[in-house]
Amino acid sequence: MTLTFEDFPVGHFGTFGPRHVTREEIIAFASEFDPQPMHLDEEAAKRTMLRGLSGSGWHLCSIMMRMMFDGYIGNTASLGSPGVDEVRWLSPLRPSDDLMLDIDVTEARVSRSRPETGIVTFAMRIRNAANVTLLEATSPIIVKRRATATAARS
Amino acid sequence: MGYFEELTVGQRRELGSFTFTAELIKKFASQFDPQRFHLDEEEGRNSLFGGLAASGWHVGSACMKLLVADGQRQAAEAAARGEKPAVWGPSPGFRDLRWLKPVLAGDTISYASEVESLRASGSRPEWGIMQARTTGTNQRGELVFSFLASGFVPRRSPAA
Repeated sequence: MTLTFEDFPVGHFGTFGPRHVTREEIIAFASEFDPQPMHLDEEAAKRTMLRGLSGSGWHLCSIMMRMMFDGYIGNTASLGSPGVDEVRWLSPLRPSDDLMLDIDVTEARVSRSRPETGIVTFAMRIRNAANVTLLEATSPIIVKRRATATAARS
Repeated sequence: MGYFEELTVGQRRELGSFTFTAELIKKFASQFDPQRFHLDEEEGRNSLFGGLAASGWHVGSACMKLLVADGQRQAAEAAARGEKPAVWGPSPGFRDLRWLKPVLAGDTISYASEVESLRASGSRPEWGIMQARTTGTNQRGELVFSFLASGFVPRRSPAA
């Protein structure tokens, strides 16, 4: 069953994970997109504000996207997202972290300009196995309403 | 990347450009965002995007790549002048990120950054906090991406 707008009432939606993050993938992402010493090299990273090797914030966001995809977006009649209201990087992503993703729906409304769709706003939180919050974010997605999604399939 | 004292509101830097080939779009998407419209040309054409579209997180990550490269260029220039380069700190996050138009296969996005606000860090006297409106514009001059980045910038002399 594909999830539609009606499947996202305001409230807690779900918790997803764990997603294990390796040192190798932290360095691979950083080498390609964010080659700062704090994301590449243990010794250099010790001398930075984050005091040790940490993953790029954009890597953490990209991992969050994949966790959302595997958790529900991949099975949702989603038309994409217009943006992200806020991302807060609260604690560093470390090698061997096991990440959990908490998803809440904070708002769900029918689109005025495209009434066959709705806009669902999510509050996302990523925490590690020690329950330390690494990231908080708020972002809407555009989702088909059930009648349209059904019509499209028939 | 200068020191906090050298930055002024309104200062703008062109960061360079990045071309999103179909191959790069699919590679990033298969790893982090395997939605149909990021993986397949036909699915992209049938979506709201109208073509194979880059993941928004790919558009943001490519921007980060150019921000780091620009910082490395500035550090090299400072070193060539015999100055100690400023090493910027991490970012506490960002606000108001907008994927305004799709980035489609073959698009070249030019990124730029403009200082929007500067303030001292309350808890860390050796650092200031900068907010910068950072944007991406495609080869047709259309604004496609915008966010308000923030980051720790070292002070030449710590706040009193």
